[in-house]
Amino acid sequence: MSTITVGARLEASRAESRAYSQARRRRYLSGLGTAVLSAAIVVWSLGPIYNMVLISLEPEGDVFTDHIWPRIPSFESFWGVLTQGHWYLEHFWHQFGNSFFIGMMVTFFALLFGSLTSFAIGRMRIRHGWLVSNAALLTYVIPASFLSIPFYRIMQNYGLANNPWSVIAALVAFATPYAIFVFQEYGRSIPIEVDESARIDGASPPQVYLRIYLPLMAPALVAVGTYALLLAWNEYLYQFLLLSSKSSMTVPVALAQFLSSDQSPWNYMMATAIIYAAPPVAIYYAFRRRMAAGLTMGGVKG
Amino acid sequence: MNGTSAVEVSRFALRRRALSRSFRGGLKGGEYTWALAFVVPYVAVFLAFVAYPVVYGLWMGSDASLYRELFADPIYQSSVVNTALYLALGVNVKMFLALLLSGFFMRPGWWMKVLLLIFVLPWAVPQISTFISIHWMLNGEWGFLNNVLYKLFHVEGPHWLNDRWTALGAVIVSHIWKWTPFWTLILLAGRMAIPLEIRDTARVDGATGLRGFVHITFPLLANLYLICTLLSTIFLLGDFNAVTFVSGGGPANQTHVLATLGIRDAFEIANPRLGVAAVMSALPMVIPLVIILMRKLRTAEVQV
Repeated sequence: MSTITVGARLEASRAESRAYSQARRRRYLSGLGTAVLSAAIVVWSLGPIYNMVLISLEPEGDVFTDHIWPRIPSFESFWGVLTQGHWYLEHFWHQFGNSFFIGMMVTFFALLFGSLTSFAIGRMRIRHGWLVSNAALLTYVIPASFLSIPFYRIMQNYGLANNPWSVIAALVAFATPYAIFVFQEYGRSIPIEVDESARIDGASPPQVYLRIYLPLMAPALVAVGTYALLLAWNEYLYQFLLLSSKSSMTVPVALAQFLSSDQSPWNYMMATAIIYAAPPVAIYYAFRRRMAAGLTMGGVKG
Repeated sequence: MNGTSAVEVSRFALRRRALSRSFRGGLKGGEYTWALAFVVPYVAVFLAFVAYPVVYGLWMGSDASLYRELFADPIYQSSVVNTALYLALGVNVKMFLALLLSGFFMRPGWWMKVLLLIFVLPWAVPQISTFISIHWMLNGEWGFLNNVLYKLFHVEGPHWLNDRWTALGAVIVSHIWKWTPFWTLILLAGRMAIPLEIRDTARVDGATGLRGFVHITFPLLANLYLICTLLSTIFLLGDFNAVTFVSGGGPANQTHVLATLGIRDAFEIANPRLGVAAVMSALPMVIPLVIILMRKLRTAEVQV
């Protein structure tokens, strides 16, 4: 009798420990899988960025080497970019300023036109507002590069070549649709009664827009503003086609010019690329949460 | 927003529906003028910088003889093949990876949060910087990739950018590297939006792992996944930077896609009409995509 119970108990405890060790093995394997996948993701994501840093830290003339870690790190090339010390970099800060100016203007006009349009369509419910929404949607789904050739011709005809405003016009045209979606989407969470009571109190439409709509839309304005700024800062094709003179050129265009020269100073190029990338990366990480919300709202839902 | 205000909003939403009916056409004279004035700036931008270039482009590419010249060009023929491969592999591999990785990033823990921050870096760094870096990385003699291959495995890597297929492969992989993080974030948000109760109920009913994905998660994500795929198809079709900076269209103009070929024909060969024709030859694909996307995006009830 007792031997049987002991045997059964033993059997049960053995099964239990087997199940336990199985679960532990599964957890161990899943942990191992996570670790391997994480390592792969880190290597994959950082590869080209590590390469950028590695080359920028090479002393001049030492780019043609075969080592895979910085042997004697040198900040010479960064210093060279910051002090415009290479003949290719003569106008670096001027070009940086051009990029900044274009970014600010695109942000400002995309926010202004986008918020005005979404206010008229979404809040004031203007008749045939859906036509404007559709125009915006259409712009959003046309590849911008496909329009670049006729756009270039038109700007030539208007004598706007090498004028930053031609680039600003193009980028505002492509950034505003996204602004309109996000604002309309976000505006749905604000009760229309807020506008209604202000109107009853005698506020004119511009007053409702300025005093009520814009303050309530602040989070969406930040999200879209970040988007527009990064779009303008990172854009290349239109800036390349429309800004070719040394004084009107922006940083990405200058960077690409490096590449087409026979003796590309790679350490300077990579240092320039890192300095050029620093502001958008910082802005992205600072506004990441807000931007993610905007992206999913406007980027997909429309 | 906190709980109480969410309730308030839903109450408002109910009343709003009643109100909007009384609103229809209810703007008074002065208000209508204001609304019109608010819309005019964007409409002007659209007409001048989108509609006009579209019409101008259609006019530039309206000559049938252009297409005869274009179709006879061997560079154009190889560009069409490249574009098809770029689309098929670039879009689908990227979206599938994004779908899998978005599930991976749903795991709890601080490490996943840190990993996500690293993972989005390729997307956060400007395209020009990263693509130029990749271009040099793939240099046959001094590139980082071949250095690593030699140091670690004593393998002499090929001259990646000197062969059509490895160069095209490099462009496609660069595109996937650059854009997978973005779509992963979108799909991750889509997964997060699936109510916790659904996931919990499914888990209790035994739908975990692959079964949970096939029967619960994917059906709920399918519409979002489709829209993302279509959008990414059209974005990729217009992509200029990856090809220009990674392979430069080389070797010997063998890795151009329609977007870069259009720019090459228009500006390097100085034949803008031919460039427009190259781009317009993609219209049979672009127009249906645009129509489907516009319908989808307008009516989409993707819960994100």
